[in-house]
Amino acid sequence: MPNPARAWREYPQRYRLEAEKCTKCGTIAFPPRLVCPQCGNRKFAKTKLAETGKLLTFTIIRVPPDPFEDQAPYAVGIAELEDGVKLTAQVVDCDFAALKVGLRVRLEFRKLSEEGEAGVIYYGYKFVPE
Amino acid sequence: MRDVAVIGIGMTKWGELWTKSLRTIFVESALLALDDAGVDKIDSMVVGCMSSGLFVGQEHLTSLLSDYLGKNPVPAARVESACASGGLALRQGFIEVASGMSDVVLVGGVEKMTDVTGCEATFALGTAADQEYEGFHGLTFPGLYAMMAVAHMHKYGTTREQLALVAVKNHDNGSKNPLAQYPFKITVDGVLQSVLVADPLRILDCSPITDGAAAVVLCSADMAKKMKKPVIRITGSGLATDTIALSSRKDMTWIESTHLAGQKALAMAGRKIGDIDLFEVHDCFTIAEIMVTEALGIVEKGRGGRAVEEGLTSLKGKFPVNPSGGLKAKGHPVGATGVAQAVEVVKQLRGEAAERQVKGAKRGLTQNMGGTGGSSVVHVFEAE
Repeated sequence: MPNPARAWREYPQRYRLEAEKCTKCGTIAFPPRLVCPQCGNRKFAKTKLAETGKLLTFTIIRVPPDPFEDQAPYAVGIAELEDGVKLTAQVVDCDFAALKVGLRVRLEFRKLSEEGEAGVIYYGYKFVPE
Repeated sequence: MRDVAVIGIGMTKWGELWTKSLRTIFVESALLALDDAGVDKIDSMVVGCMSSGLFVGQEHLTSLLSDYLGKNPVPAARVESACASGGLALRQGFIEVASGMSDVVLVGGVEKMTDVTGCEATFALGTAADQEYEGFHGLTFPGLYAMMAVAHMHKYGTTREQLALVAVKNHDNGSKNPLAQYPFKITVDGVLQSVLVADPLRILDCSPITDGAAAVVLCSADMAKKMKKPVIRITGSGLATDTIALSSRKDMTWIESTHLAGQKALAMAGRKIGDIDLFEVHDCFTIAEIMVTEALGIVEKGRGGRAVEEGLTSLKGKFPVNPSGGLKAKGHPVGATGVAQAVEVVKQLRGEAAERQVKGAKRGLTQNMGGTGGSSVVHVFEAE
């Protein structure tokens, strides 16, 4: 079982959607980085992700990895948020048949998975159709 | 830089090899390659393996494999670039010989994947994606490629049937390859009725879990000319990387790392894509082959699906892709795949590919990629 530090060091991103905005070119990095992927600048200012966007693509996972075995089938998608950031997350509270490219979604705080009876419970964001 | 030649190739039957261990399958292929080359002494060896740690709980392959091959104290290196580990090993061996650092190098690839359960294998393969921002959300590799497929279908109108035709074509070719894990034909209906893994991809869109190894022996082209073997030179090598997360790509329907690695390899060889007689590419999923044929420039952007439908990439087509059966039918022991692609191309250029021989083949290209295209390796091979 991994050290819980592996989970809590990601809390700022997963719980509060904290991102970094490049002070030079304005690119928003999520998760945060030390080097801007666009211009190479190393200075960033904290910002928060936009909470709505639209689906660019999606799938329905029928054969899950271990920690998600009890959840399958479930939908996962990549959405482009209003601030241009592209993000991967599950799409929930939605009929699979309603999934389509361009579907408007918003981010919600949800439980993702857990490490058995005594392990860490992982929380984070999921997409919900608007 | 010196010219580099392949003087030996080795590969054993791939599949679920429950009676054989990782070290055994590696040594069997390595011995075949050394015997084929007619050499016993090697200056160095490079091994590609993605995750022996997760698949069999064994690291330190440099020591293990040189030991069981009976070659200690030979210098050995192990390289990893997910499913492109084999292609990367070939490139490192090529660089060693080209630079003059070594004269004879054994390049091998190996993966022993069936010692773990399907769920554990899915997890091990998932480590090629961004664990914290893709795997964390329950994504799998079929899931990532499924999302690439949905995006490609949406943008270019690629059809579900066209995806199936990639698998049908590669199984047709694989039925002529006795070393393939699944040497039999399948039908479009068979693909479309197979079980869904990650919509729209079904099990017969996916390459299998495989135990297997492959090896080649490299030496300087000058040295190769003194041997009594057909001289097959590696004339181009290209390597490129891209973002680890699919979501960070500018265009999810385009594999930029393959495009760049292909351009570099062709430029080094002084060739154009139209000069190449056959291709061994990374069809880990049916959509992958379609996108790779576009990225390499075999067809225009968005035309990959139609190219399969029109037979352009079939064994008797203008640009035969995956005459070996590809990852789909031959199997995909991830670290071995890139080396096995080289084995097939050399067989073809020697005219030793029997039933699946591409007539008069003089030049071949291999393309091997890691993850969703986070890394790609391309090599060009030419017969004298």
